[in-house]
Amino acid sequence: MMKRKKINIAVTGLNAIDSPGPGVPVIRALRESKLYDVRIIGLSYETLEPGIYMHDLVDKTYQIPFPSSGKASLLTRLKYIHEQEKIDVIIPNFDAEIFNFIKLNDQLKKEMGIHMFLPTLDQFEERHKSNLPEFGKKHKIKIPYSKMIFSTAEIPSLREEFTYPLVVKGKFYDASIAYTPEQVVSHFNKISAKWGLPIIIQQFVYGQEVNVTALGDGLGNAIGAVPMRKQYITDKGKAWSGISIDDKELMSLTRRLMKSTRWRGGMELEIIKTAEGDYYLIEINPRFPAWVYLAVGCGQNHPEALVQLALGKKVEPFKKYDVGKLFVRYSFDLIVELAEFEKISTLGEL
Amino acid sequence: MFQLTTHTPLIFQLMQIKRNIALSDSGFIFDPSTGDSFSTNPIGLEIIKMLKEGKANEEVKALIVKQYMTDEATFERDLYDFVNMISKLKLSENDEKEKD
Repeated sequence: MMKRKKINIAVTGLNAIDSPGPGVPVIRALRESKLYDVRIIGLSYETLEPGIYMHDLVDKTYQIPFPSSGKASLLTRLKYIHEQEKIDVIIPNFDAEIFNFIKLNDQLKKEMGIHMFLPTLDQFEERHKSNLPEFGKKHKIKIPYSKMIFSTAEIPSLREEFTYPLVVKGKFYDASIAYTPEQVVSHFNKISAKWGLPIIIQQFVYGQEVNVTALGDGLGNAIGAVPMRKQYITDKGKAWSGISIDDKELMSLTRRLMKSTRWRGGMELEIIKTAEGDYYLIEINPRFPAWVYLAVGCGQNHPEALVQLALGKKVEPFKKYDVGKLFVRYSFDLIVELAEFEKISTLGEL
Repeated sequence: MFQLTTHTPLIFQLMQIKRNIALSDSGFIFDPSTGDSFSTNPIGLEIIKMLKEGKANEEVKALIVKQYMTDEATFERDLYDFVNMISKLKLSENDEKEKD
């Protein structure tokens, strides 16, 4: 086996609740890298993110400030962590933090030699849920009819443009189906309290949910793409089990989208396939999904390829993946000593 | 969508099972394009295999009636139901064409 290069990679998204973060699966993928011998630095926001305590996966964890604190406090904290750890690559895994990391991209590279492989600010902005209808028009992809609302006063008039049920979505996360205007009000209040405004109202499209995890090289090529059909879905709409599928039209749509957006970095496409065989794009996430480890199981290690791209290496696109591979998620209770919890809570590192 | 009324009854058609459908000896059927999977009993598997090989329904009927203790009318009815089910589960090329 060829000698693997030692490398320090910082990863966020160590949470693993019923809407799990992609950090742990990304780390599992990196641990299986054939090219890199990785030391993993976890970057956490809260003290109970399970990844902090997974010492076989994460070598050291540091708390970082919430995205709402802004990029300056994030930069200060990253400087400190870099002094301790000499980070080579950072892989951010949360939608809400990516803006700050994009803003810091050049500075981190220039001043500290830290590499990332993120979408450009334009790419990040144009695929926002609130901008999705324009995105669909520009890239010739069907999007369910959507509208942004800023107040519950706008809810009664939704009847003029939508039929019920409809989908109520948060700016970053959360989506709930509403069958009545009263339910829209309730979802509006709940989601806006958590993620702020606007709230996106989206036409409900009946069909089967298929997702794609993909990696773009920023030049219009899909370095890797694996489509999955959700098989078991939680009440939060998250896949608890899924299977890789051979859907040529979905792959062609993904490649077309990569080409026309020249997407840079990891992404997840969330798509509804109707009984008539139409594909509606309902969301683009600007990072790997929490099920990205399925891609590794299917023969495409997307996180490893992203690290290569971040380090400026040329990466050949994956040519195939295994069809009919399943992931089945499970929960696992870690037993944690109080001293560890105390350390991360008081010192902000473990 | 499958609409029996507007087409020749399926029993007289050549039922083309999707080429990429995976069949295992245990009767497990996997459609890689949708991720759907199904189970069938040994006789169901035998019939699907014959259909996948391109045998016409009449040919399937003749072979089964010859091999098993059943009469033509009973088998024809069962085959009709089975082929209908295959179509509803979108396991045949015919359904793909209908979608277009």
